Amino acid sequence: MTTTAPAGTSGTDVRLTGISKTYGSFTAVHPLDLTVPAGSFFALLGASGCGKTTTLRMIAGLEEPSTGTVELAGRNVTGLPAYKRPVNTVFQSYALFPHLDIYENVAFGLRRRGIKSVKKQVDEMLELVQLGDLARRRPQQLSGGQQQRVAVARALINHPQVLLLDEPLGALDLKLRRQMQLELKRIQHEVGITFIHVTHDQEEAMTMADTVAVMNAGRIEQLGAPADLYETPRTTFVANFLGTSNLITADVLDTSGDDILLRASHTKLALPATRCTASARTGEKLLVGIRPEKITLTHADDAGSVPDGRNRITGRITESSFTGVSTQYLVDSPAASGLSVYEQNIERDSRLVPGAEVVLHWNPGHSFGLDAAQNIEAGTDVEAEGAG
Amino acid sequence: MTLTTTTGEPAVSDGATARRKKLVPYWLLIPGILWLLVFFAAPLVYQASTSLQTGSLEEGFKLTWHFGTYADALGEYYPQFLRSIGYATAATVLCLLLGYPLAYLIAFRAGRWRNLLMVLVIAPFFTSFLIRTLAWKTILSDGGIVVSTLGSLHVLGLTDALGLTEGHRVLATPLAVVCGLTYNFLPFMILPLYSSLERIDSRLHEAAGDLYARPLTTFRKVTFPLSMPGVVAGTLLTFIPAAGDYINAELLGSTDQKMIGNVIQSQFLRVLDYPTAAALSFILMAAILALVTLYIRKSGTEELV
Repeated sequence: MTTTAPAGTSGTDVRLTGISKTYGSFTAVHPLDLTVPAGSFFALLGASGCGKTTTLRMIAGLEEPSTGTVELAGRNVTGLPAYKRPVNTVFQSYALFPHLDIYENVAFGLRRRGIKSVKKQVDEMLELVQLGDLARRRPQQLSGGQQQRVAVARALINHPQVLLLDEPLGALDLKLRRQMQLELKRIQHEVGITFIHVTHDQEEAMTMADTVAVMNAGRIEQLGAPADLYETPRTTFVANFLGTSNLITADVLDTSGDDILLRASHTKLALPATRCTASARTGEKLLVGIRPEKITLTHADDAGSVPDGRNRITGRITESSFTGVSTQYLVDSPAASGLSVYEQNIERDSRLVPGAEVVLHWNPGHSFGLDAAQNIEAGTDVEAEGAG
Repeated sequence: MTLTTTTGEPAVSDGATARRKKLVPYWLLIPGILWLLVFFAAPLVYQASTSLQTGSLEEGFKLTWHFGTYADALGEYYPQFLRSIGYATAATVLCLLLGYPLAYLIAFRAGRWRNLLMVLVIAPFFTSFLIRTLAWKTILSDGGIVVSTLGSLHVLGLTDALGLTEGHRVLATPLAVVCGLTYNFLPFMILPLYSSLERIDSRLHEAAGDLYARPLTTFRKVTFPLSMPGVVAGTLLTFIPAAGDYINAELLGSTDQKMIGNVIQSQFLRVLDYPTAAALSFILMAAILALVTLYIRKSGTEELV
């Protein structure tokens, strides 16, 4: 595979300072600060209408920010129109020029900058996205996945300092999405340009990006590496939007030790103080979160076999569904109802059927603590579709 | 994987129903075909035969396959032919220059005024073609506001030098006829232009801007090429009727501005030389067909979406 980027090309950092966008009385993006490090694969994740696409368009120069500045490699580009910015965009619907063939679509940016001999670069770029033999086709003669690759090639050939991707995989079916995710990741590795990727698909964001910013209602809720966001969400929105979380409302009993001690119904729970982002005061409430796959399910008859030092909750299975890799259970308990538990299908206990009395237990170190003042349901019902 | 293939339709037990369904498109074509036969094909054949007849009104015309009429007609009236093509071309170019910016404005910038502006474009159709052309006679009348303004701006001197006007008159000059043609056929230019501009995805403009195209380059490289179907349709809808028009030359021109339409009209209705009139009609039709074919080939619209 040939690399088109000149050796040593690396992207530039993008710095947004106090940037916001309002349309009349509607605020699409609340003032936000954001720094995207050079050469990183950065994802803006959120449900539709959360302001992620607007943020991207402000970086591209397609939308003028109401306040704040956009800096590329330390240079303020806020006032520059799109055609003067060293960034390129892969549009959601690709926006390929229907009157030009693939070759001319890819060459478009080079020609606009007055580069005469484009053939070598275009051929190399088409090779990079594996479309060399389709150069003379029209966009509408290509499949969705091929069009998507043309859109990437058309943007990348300009060696932008930053490549912006606006839901680039939204129109593809699941299998092709998976393939293109790896493809984009490979291309980013090869060219080393800063990628900013907007998506509503949390799995896509986590698979592809080094850093994910979760956006909600025009604000960034949390920013970090995918594993950090998943393991220690700081808000109920992030906890629910990124995967599934069990959130249990509990009373704080003691905050003196390394572990905060809590009580939910008649059950005592422990939570490492370092994994609690909310301030915990004795007598007040706290949300204890635990991911479904971190919980082990043991039949009540074997309750004695559960090791000491684990958080344990008793309950009754209300539903179970077999998904192949795992079995998903819903458990009602006095502490919380509708707890979900994913058990890997290694040694299946045939007694674990709806109606069975069970003990749920987990390593306290896997729990996380959240401020109980938040909406416990935030982020659960956003089945995100389409653009943000 | 083996699956029993099932057709989308319910099991066809009734063969007659299926056959009737197949015939529906043909039944639907009948009114259109009848219309074309009665009002297009039949007159065409009749005129073709007329053009090859000889004789006089008193003795009656007989079909003698006299092709010489064509040569005679062309030899005598070629100035009017050339003038028709010239005026129609000028009017078409003017319509394009006036109509494109307007269609562009309505399609991309008008916002909620869009529908109102479209109504205004077709508003002239609410009055008769004849009345509108007569109105231009008043507008361009000697000593009227238009003429005196143009005169005081020394525009008339310039157009006079170019042979478009004569002295202090606009009426009864080529300029008047071209103005009338332009005015009357402008909506036929704007409507197809608008509909092809309006279909252009605005994200293509953004994409062009994102790829370093300045606004003017975006227009040249993206907007205009994508509006070519509208340009071609608009120019044809303007040029073809303008080339055959005789009302504008009749009302706004003098004998020096006679177009081929005027000749055909007078041959048919005043001179009563039916073969010559019919032959002129066929020559006009052939000329337009040839020009249009050449034009469509050149503009390469068959490749456009």
